[in-house]
Amino acid sequence: MSMIQEFKKVWKTYTIGMIWLLGLLWPLLGIHPDGTLSFEKTFTVWAYLFAGTFICLIVYVLNKSGSLDAVKGPVSKVWENGSAASKTVPLWVWLLAAFVMALLFPQFTGRYQQDVAINVLIYVCLGLGLNIVVGLCGMLDLGYIAFYGIGAYTYALFNTHYGVPFWICLPISAIFALIAACIVGFPTLRMRGDYLAIVTLGFGEIIRLILNNWMSLTNGPNGIMGINRPGMWWISFADGISFEHFWFKKLHLMYYVILGLVILTIIAVNRLNFSRVGRAWEAIREDETAAELMGVNTFILKLLAYAMGGFFAGIAGAFFVARMKFVSPDSFIFYESAMVLCMVVLGGLGSIPGIILGAAALIVFPEVFREFELYRMLAFGAVMVLMMLFRPAGLIPAKRMGTRSDDKE
Amino acid sequence: MAEPILELKDVHSGYGSIKALKGISLKIYPGEVVAIIGANGAGKSTTLMTICGITKATQGEIYYQGNLINKVLPEKLPTLGLCQVPEGRRIFPRLSVMENLRMGAFYRNDTDQIMKDMQHAYEMFPILGERHNQEGGTLSGGEQQMLAIARALMTKPTVLLLDEPSLGLAPIIVQQIFDIIAQINKEEGTTILLVEQNANLALQAAARGYVMETGEITLEDDAQSLLNNPKIREAYLGE
Repeated sequence: MSMIQEFKKVWKTYTIGMIWLLGLLWPLLGIHPDGTLSFEKTFTVWAYLFAGTFICLIVYVLNKSGSLDAVKGPVSKVWENGSAASKTVPLWVWLLAAFVMALLFPQFTGRYQQDVAINVLIYVCLGLGLNIVVGLCGMLDLGYIAFYGIGAYTYALFNTHYGVPFWICLPISAIFALIAACIVGFPTLRMRGDYLAIVTLGFGEIIRLILNNWMSLTNGPNGIMGINRPGMWWISFADGISFEHFWFKKLHLMYYVILGLVILTIIAVNRLNFSRVGRAWEAIREDETAAELMGVNTFILKLLAYAMGGFFAGIAGAFFVARMKFVSPDSFIFYESAMVLCMVVLGGLGSIPGIILGAAALIVFPEVFREFELYRMLAFGAVMVLMMLFRPAGLIPAKRMGTRSDDKE
Repeated sequence: MAEPILELKDVHSGYGSIKALKGISLKIYPGEVVAIIGANGAGKSTTLMTICGITKATQGEIYYQGNLINKVLPEKLPTLGLCQVPEGRRIFPRLSVMENLRMGAFYRNDTDQIMKDMQHAYEMFPILGERHNQEGGTLSGGEQQMLAIARALMTKPTVLLLDEPSLGLAPIIVQQIFDIIAQINKEEGTTILLVEQNANLALQAAARGYVMETGEITLEDDAQSLLNNPKIREAYLGE
C-alpha cells in the first residue's frame, strides 16, 4: 500500500519532467538543417530515456516504501565491513599497490590505452600545478595553459635549434615557465577575485597569439616539427662493454617517463601542501587581510604559488612536445585551460587523489564514449548538475583535518 | 609618565577620495588599556587599520617604540610585537583551530616555544583545546572571537589592537571576553588598544578613553571621568 502512496507523491513531477524533456529533445533531434521536420528519432530516443528513468523511479519508490530493506540490510553490512577492513590497511600499502599497478600497466595494454594513459598523466601534472594556484592559494587562473605552452616551445626551440637533449631541457623549460609566471604575476597578483580571472584569461590569450604570430621564431600556426624524443645512454654488450645512446621510440618508455615526472610532482606538491608555506597559502585563500595581519607576506607567497603552478605546467609542456614530436599554438587554446580547471574542480580543490581522478575521468570518459560524441556537451551539463547536487566539494574532497609535518602533538 | 609605546601624530587616511581620518593624535603608554569609543563610521576601525598599514596613512606620523612605522609593511608588524584582532574576527574558516593558531605564529621559528604557547592558549581557552581539530568556521561566534584573540596572542604581541571584540555576541560571552582581555593585560603585561561601540563595557575595562566622531578625536580623558561625563552618558550610554 505504501508503495502506491509513495508513487502518488512523485508521479506528477516525473510526468512534467518527461514532457519537458520531450519538448527540449524535439528541436534538437527533429529539426534538420535542410528545413525538414521529423518525429520518429525524437520519440525513439525519448522512449529509451523514459524506460531508463522509469526503472530508476520504480527502484526509488521501492526504496522509499521500504520494500528493499530485505536486500539493503545485508548489502550495507557488507559495504560497512569492507570499508572498515580497508581502513585497517595502512596508507602505504594502497600507495604501493597503486604504484605497482601503474608500473605494470603497459604490460597488459596496447598502444591505444597507453596513449590515453599518457594523456591522463600529462593532465594530472597540469592539474596538480593549477591546484597550487586555485586550490591552495584561491586565485582563479583562466590562462594557466600559457605556461604549458611556454614550457613546450622552450623545449621545441632549444631542441631544434641547438639540439639540447630532453633531460637537460626539462628543467630549463620548467624554469622558463616559472620566470614567465613571475613576469605575468608581478603586476596582476595585486588584483583579487574576478578581476584576476579576467586578467589571467587575457594573458593566456596574449601568449597564444604571440606564439601564433611570431613567424620568425615559432613558425607561427604551422608549428615546429622534428623535435627529438627523450633519449638515454645504456650499457651495450654487442662488442665488449660500451655505452650506446638510444631514443625512447617505444610508447611504454614514454609512459614511464611521464609516470616518473608525475610521481615527482605528486611528492613535491604533497610536501608543499603540508608545509608552512602551504598553510600560509591556505590562510591567504581564506582571508588575505587577516593573513597579512598575522605577518604573512601575501604578495611574495601569491607570486610563489603562481610561479610553482607555472613550473609544473612547464614540465608537462616539455614532455608533451617530446611525446608529440610536433608543436603548434593550437594546443594552447582557452579550451585547454578550462579543461584543466574542470579537472581540478571536479576532482576536489586541494585534493591530490581527487585531481588524479578528475583528470582520468575527463580524459577517459570521452574516449570510452566516442560513439556518443554528439551528446558530449549534454553529458557534461548533466554531470555538472549532478555534481552540484551530490558532491559540491568534488569527487574526493580535500581532507582538511589532521596534523601537518611540523605539528607535534 | 614613561615614553608612549604607540603614538599617532596628526594622522590622516582614507579610502580613495573619502577622508576617514582627519588628523588623529593619540598616545598609548606601556601596559595600559586604552579604549576608543564612537558611533558607526567614526573612523575607529580605520584608525587600527592605518596603524597596521593595511590602509595607508596619507599624512602624519605613527611611532611605535619610538620608531616611525608609517612605511613599515603590514606583515612586518607582528615581528615587532604589534598585532591586531580585526573586526568581525576574520579567522581562517577552513583551517582547523590548531592551524589557525599556527598561523598566528607564522613568523616564528621556535617550534618548541610555539607548542608551549599553544598549550598556554588551550589553558586560557579550554573550549579551543577541546576543538583543536575542528574547522574554525564551525565554531560559534564567541568561540571564534576567542580563537581570533588566541591567534593574535600567538604572535607574542607587546601591543594588542582589538577591534570590536563584543560584535554580535551574547552579553554573557561578551563579559567572558572582557575578563580575558583584562587577564591578558594583567598577566602578560600586554598593552591593549580597544575599539568598541559598547562604550559602557569598554570604559569599564580601560584606564583611559578617546571619543571619536567623524574622523576626529573629540574628547580624551580617564575612563572613569568619561563614564561620569553627562555628554558621553547622553550620546553613547543611552541616557
